[in-house]
Amino acid sequence: MPDPKATISFELNGEPATLAFAPHKTLLEVLREDAGLTGTKHGCELGECGTCTVLLDGTPVLSCLLLGLACAGHRVTTVEGMAAGGQLHPLQDAFAELGAAQCGYCTPAFLLAAQALLAVEPRPSRAAIKQALAGNLCRCTGYLKIYEAVELAAARLRGEDATPARETLYGHA
Amino acid sequence: MATRKKRRTVGLSDSLTVKRSQSDSPTVRLSDHRVIGRALRKIDATAKVTGATIFADDLFFPRMLYAKLLRSPHPHAKILRVDVAKAARLAGVRAVLTGKDLPIPFGILPVSQDEHALAPDKVRFVGDPVAAVAATSEDVATAALDLITVEYEPLRPVPDAEDAVAHPEPRIHDYGDGGNLHKLIHLEFGDVETGFAAADLVREDLFFYEGSTHLPMEQHAAVAQWSADRKLTVWSSTQTPHYVHRALAKVLELPPARIRVIATPNGGGFGGKSDPFSHEIVVAKLAMVTGRPVKITLTREEVFYCHRGRHPTLMWIKTGVTKDGAITAMHFKSLLDGGGYGSYGVASTYYTGALQTVTYPVARYKFQGARAFTNKPPCGPKRGHGTPQPRYALEVHLDKLAEQLGADPAELRLKHLVPPNSLTANYLRVGSMGLGACLEKVVAGSEWKRKFRKLPPGKGVGLACSSYICGAGLPIYWNNMPHSGVQLKCDRGGGVTVFCGSTEIGQGSDSILAYIVAEVLGLDPFEIAVVTADTDLTPVDLGSYSSRVTLMTGNAAIQAAERAKEILAGHAAQKLEIPATRVVFAGGRVFDAEDPKHGMAFAEAVQVAEAAQGTIGTVGSYTPPRSAAKYRGGGVGPSPAYSYSAAVAEVDVDPDTGIVTVPRIWIAHDIGQSINAAAVMGQVEGSVYMGLGEALMEEMAYRGNRNVVHKIPSLLEYKSPTTLEMCDVVTYLVEDPDPSGPFGAKEVGQGPLLPVPPAIANAVYDAVGVRVDEVPITPEKVLKALKKKTKGEEGRVGPTRFPDIPWPEPIRVPPPWEGGDGGAVPVAAAALERQH
Repeated sequence: MPDPKATISFELNGEPATLAFAPHKTLLEVLREDAGLTGTKHGCELGECGTCTVLLDGTPVLSCLLLGLACAGHRVTTVEGMAAGGQLHPLQDAFAELGAAQCGYCTPAFLLAAQALLAVEPRPSRAAIKQALAGNLCRCTGYLKIYEAVELAAARLRGEDATPARETLYGHA
Repeated sequence: MATRKKRRTVGLSDSLTVKRSQSDSPTVRLSDHRVIGRALRKIDATAKVTGATIFADDLFFPRMLYAKLLRSPHPHAKILRVDVAKAARLAGVRAVLTGKDLPIPFGILPVSQDEHALAPDKVRFVGDPVAAVAATSEDVATAALDLITVEYEPLRPVPDAEDAVAHPEPRIHDYGDGGNLHKLIHLEFGDVETGFAAADLVREDLFFYEGSTHLPMEQHAAVAQWSADRKLTVWSSTQTPHYVHRALAKVLELPPARIRVIATPNGGGFGGKSDPFSHEIVVAKLAMVTGRPVKITLTREEVFYCHRGRHPTLMWIKTGVTKDGAITAMHFKSLLDGGGYGSYGVASTYYTGALQTVTYPVARYKFQGARAFTNKPPCGPKRGHGTPQPRYALEVHLDKLAEQLGADPAELRLKHLVPPNSLTANYLRVGSMGLGACLEKVVAGSEWKRKFRKLPPGKGVGLACSSYICGAGLPIYWNNMPHSGVQLKCDRGGGVTVFCGSTEIGQGSDSILAYIVAEVLGLDPFEIAVVTADTDLTPVDLGSYSSRVTLMTGNAAIQAAERAKEILAGHAAQKLEIPATRVVFAGGRVFDAEDPKHGMAFAEAVQVAEAAQGTIGTVGSYTPPRSAAKYRGGGVGPSPAYSYSAAVAEVDVDPDTGIVTVPRIWIAHDIGQSINAAAVMGQVEGSVYMGLGEALMEEMAYRGNRNVVHKIPSLLEYKSPTTLEMCDVVTYLVEDPDPSGPFGAKEVGQGPLLPVPPAIANAVYDAVGVRVDEVPITPEKVLKALKKKTKGEEGRVGPTRFPDIPWPEPIRVPPPWEGGDGGAVPVAAAALERQH
């Protein structure tokens, strides 16, 4: 027997969306299976790894722990909503430039968590970046390129003509 | 976003402009790399940062079914009966499989074909798959698993390797080297007793390296489709599509030509997706049975059961040195806890004894290695495959030897480096060797001399070195074909497509192909099309393991691109009416070196060639050079080249809590030649991160009772470093091009992990004067060692004995400097024959 479906309306990546889905589904499942937005990933589906992070009204949430129904009337942003008009968000651009995305699986979550940080703290310290990203696991990068990409993007968002340090890309002399 | 518009999307255009203007001068410096070495974006970077990369679980097909596996709750039991009738009747269930449906065994190594997709008669660890369901939804499939009843007869489980040595019965497998010992190795390169007798100091130590798992963020997933024309396609997050192809053909009894395996980009691999897996075979069979696409995505808990991670390894090492630290002899023993199946274990066991000789000269060397079957998830290859454990043991052991000799551990190592272009005692051929330069970098950068043994209590520095292979010299299954193949197609529009079986796991292997072909043909790498990891479309590459990809696919790509260049240059030369030797490929043009304006666009060169001789396509392939090691077991260790790393770790140890924090690690890596410096940096930093996790917190822990249940199969409880634990890393890249590597490149994906655990262990000793001869170095162990020291006992925590193992007679191979030719002396061969 197919589950009865619930219908909700919410704002998804800046556009109005109405979706019908089984009411027990998590936001993660709704996004991937019903909205076709597979950019949001999963690493545990238990709220442990941060990989499924999306923004709910601008705040990072674990989409695996949130019911899709809870999003009715709210604003949801996924990685698919970051680039505007074919132009990468400065965070995406900096992640690509520095190799902050290796396998790319945890990347959407890191980007959104970083975007939420920069929205409230345009000039974050390294410690603040670490704190803001402490709930997201990455097994490839050792996080360092991610910090540097967030710092680079933050500078560019502040309008500075920032370029990566030579030792970031080529190592120390 | 004015600033954003100003920035270029790729950093290449200005370089090409520079080169073009240079080429106006009569002499073009052809040796200058335009692409190689530069910190470019990866060709898939935009897809990765926009969520556009399609991983296996992102695939959805119409009418797709979902599969689930029923796994054993027992560590060791006979299967008496499986009843699936109720499950099969559940609404939405389309197929149920048990062991009898897939009776043919498989395994990654030809010598260990000991796995079944679904256990037919016996389970060997908690989590061993027993039955499978395909249903219209994941929920229905999960519900159906509860309706399957399995009757087990529990057997005595073997919880660890020492127990396996002590309890040969009941056997976990009915093959191997006796009882529950899977593999026994005994190799002797010269008479070590003579070497010990000649030493001024002989020291023995025991170490234990706990098992850890890869923990890729992406859970394994696979999708299978069986078409109406009886062809099977399997998409899988695998690092080795070629081996999956072979396993599917074997188990499903299908001709390989009817099977297409596509490796989707892996969301992290680290070795954990290198075996053919039960779930891949099961979805394929379910697709064949149901005629519908079938997907399986493992839960995180199941990923812990797939495992194939670091073998828990007990090690004993004895080394003799002269007063100035030259090693006169070394004897190394390892006992590996293999888990329930063979996996790569035979190779892993050899690797625990293979690379001790490539950093510092070892005049005489003896290795005894054993792998035990135990009732736990199988161990296999994790980043560094079998070498981080012995490297940790060796480098801590050397730290202790240096202290006894009153020598600075950095100077001791610098005095005794394996010379470049030399042969080791076990016949490994070392080419370029940049370890000395690496050591000098980290010693200077960390201010080692100012800090070592001089920091205030609780603070310390430690140093370690390492080396790793750039690809295994031999393939997994015996054959004399190339290890890597590339096809290259030149389109008349100027587009070039590279086809290669290599698998992108985040390390950048797709980009490497584009950079190399672009370099050779003078093109923009972001205009090269790359098609990889598809057994229908791409020539075989053995897979993303053993740090082989850049070296092997790189050399194959160079060959294919050079062949295309030769064809195009010949026809362009005719058209330009110049000698072919004067034709230059740069900036998307093909032109006369002496008159750069005299030339044509690359596309036109393709058209000229195509008009003259038809479709332009070339191939390239790579086979490693023949090994100097001719003895049995000499297949593990030889490599076309060896990378080298040196690291200094700085630690803070809290004597009240035992907590070790690592503020910073300095690491230098001998990369030969960077293909993309930024990608190399990423691999170094990621390796340091993974080494840090293994050194301080990561462990596959099982309940101590007879259940042998994994204690913590979750991302929360399996501790791995977060942003709050990760240290700063100061990286130095040492470029000493190796003639075997593409443009001189060596590996970087695995090697830089190796020096990290021993450097941290040595730093803990420098900080608080206790030895934790066991990783992970947890607060409990540090506190225990500190308490022992306070009580006047030896300030050490670690193993205290190595069990008696029924070693076979040694294979005796005289080292090169004792007149050896790489082969075993006949008497040992005869003894070995008797043994078997």
